[in-house]
Amino acid sequence: MDLILFLAFALIAVVAAINVVVQRHPISSAISLVGVMGSLAVLYLLLGAEFIAAAQVIVYAGAIMVLFVFVIMLLNAGGEARAGRSFVASLLGVPALVALLALLAFFTARLFPSDAEVHFGGFKGGTPEAIGRALFTTYLLPFEITSILVLIAIVGAVVLARKELE
Amino acid sequence: MDSFIVISLIKIFVVFGALMTILAYLQWVERKVIAHIQVRPGPYRVGPHGLLQPLADVIKLITKEGLLPPYVNKPLYLAAPFIAVTMALLSISVIPFGPAIRVAGYWTWMQLANLNIGVLFVLAVSSMGVYGIALAGWSSNNKYALIGGLRSSAQMISYELPLGLAIAAPLLISNTLSLRRLVETQDGWLWNWNLFHGFQYVSFVVFLIASFAETNRIPFDLPEAENELVAGYHTEYSSMKFAAFFMAEYANMVTVSCMATLLFLGGWVAPWPEKFGSGFVPVAVFAAAGLIALFHGWHAARRKDAFTFPVVGVVFLAVAAVFLVPFLQNILLPLFWFCAKVGALLFVFIWIRGTLPRFRYDQLMAFAWKVLFPVAVLNLLVTALVIAVIS
Repeated sequence: MDLILFLAFALIAVVAAINVVVQRHPISSAISLVGVMGSLAVLYLLLGAEFIAAAQVIVYAGAIMVLFVFVIMLLNAGGEARAGRSFVASLLGVPALVALLALLAFFTARLFPSDAEVHFGGFKGGTPEAIGRALFTTYLLPFEITSILVLIAIVGAVVLARKELE
Repeated sequence: MDSFIVISLIKIFVVFGALMTILAYLQWVERKVIAHIQVRPGPYRVGPHGLLQPLADVIKLITKEGLLPPYVNKPLYLAAPFIAVTMALLSISVIPFGPAIRVAGYWTWMQLANLNIGVLFVLAVSSMGVYGIALAGWSSNNKYALIGGLRSSAQMISYELPLGLAIAAPLLISNTLSLRRLVETQDGWLWNWNLFHGFQYVSFVVFLIASFAETNRIPFDLPEAENELVAGYHTEYSSMKFAAFFMAEYANMVTVSCMATLLFLGGWVAPWPEKFGSGFVPVAVFAAAGLIALFHGWHAARRKDAFTFPVVGVVFLAVAAVFLVPFLQNILLPLFWFCAKVGALLFVFIWIRGTLPRFRYDQLMAFAWKVLFPVAVLNLLVTALVIAVIS
């Protein structure tokens, strides 16, 4: 059952990710990206990381991508024209892609043996309790620094977007 | 395992059927309540007191011609109502209506799926619901629909923040993300409800205001403000596609009321323990309603009432008698309290629609960011501080 669900949603994620690039209209690309986020959330759920799955949907699919769609709608961006393909791209594109995927697969297989539990650095598990404890004890300093970084970015955005007063 | 699947399927059919009926009749209730606020009878022709009006509306909407304008973005135009209605109906799957009950020898919970992140699931699903409206507005290729869709996405993003912060305060008190545990921590007396924990009515009010905006209801229904935007995001939709948006709005209303009940009002828990007689409240309420109806049937003001009121009265008395059957009490009592609380909140939704005018758009945004958001942040900070000091 787990394997079937994993294969189904991994397939959806990959197809949607390819669709993001292939689609010519920005809205269609954005919607495909929402599909990628959603299927990634299901994959997190299959790994037992329910909090990360919910956060993935709430933050990425529910907030950030809504903003993307919002901006695309505001700018009323039209479909993109297909550019002529360069000689280098058509010659090296497929081999380079295969090489990149092979390298990625090789390093993933080396770093994570098949019987190892999934983890990010020294952090395991995905329940709200585990994440809260890790964020506010072990990783308190990086967490606070990140929030200040985000605050600086917000202040910067406000300053840039502010209208000049005469 | 097999019995689990069978029980789950039965539960899904029961909940889905009940929800669909409630959605259809909620619209009848809304029209009736608004009508009585405006001193007119409301739907009256189809069936006694217009009771078959929802059925007539459904038949009308199904048999209408479904128009597909030639200038729309076809795939997204067709997908938008489906997204809206799916996301609206999905959250009901984690809402618990009552405790574990025993039916025909099997123990089961009055809930479709118990997630230990139920609250986050509902938030996630409701945050996906905005795509239905935004895409409907964009794909219709119509200026009114586009403005409606834009307003809706901006409004829903803005009001999601105070909503999430208001939810966080009762979660801190109950110390769980599971909707079932949340209710269990509020068991016992009235003052165990999260609403009466100190100053939590602040979070409740913030939650309620934000949920009005999230469900696009008056006074925040700017995405479909008819005097400036024709019908807003669903201008180009007709027939069942329009009905899907309509249904999504009502389903969202039900979900939000269920969430408020579970978070603040103790879910299916009675206001006081059963050993002090809370089990007889439904009997008393239904019997009193039945007797009043019988009395008015006796002294009928109109000729028709001499027949309809006694029938209604007998039905209410029969319902009161059903609440006295011992083995049904375990199922019906929690369901009664849950439905009573959700119903009261839904009535507030309708009441406010009949009372308040619509906001201006800049007022709406200023209110979200300059009033509601600071209040919600302050409330969460103080709640967290108090809990940290006490424990």
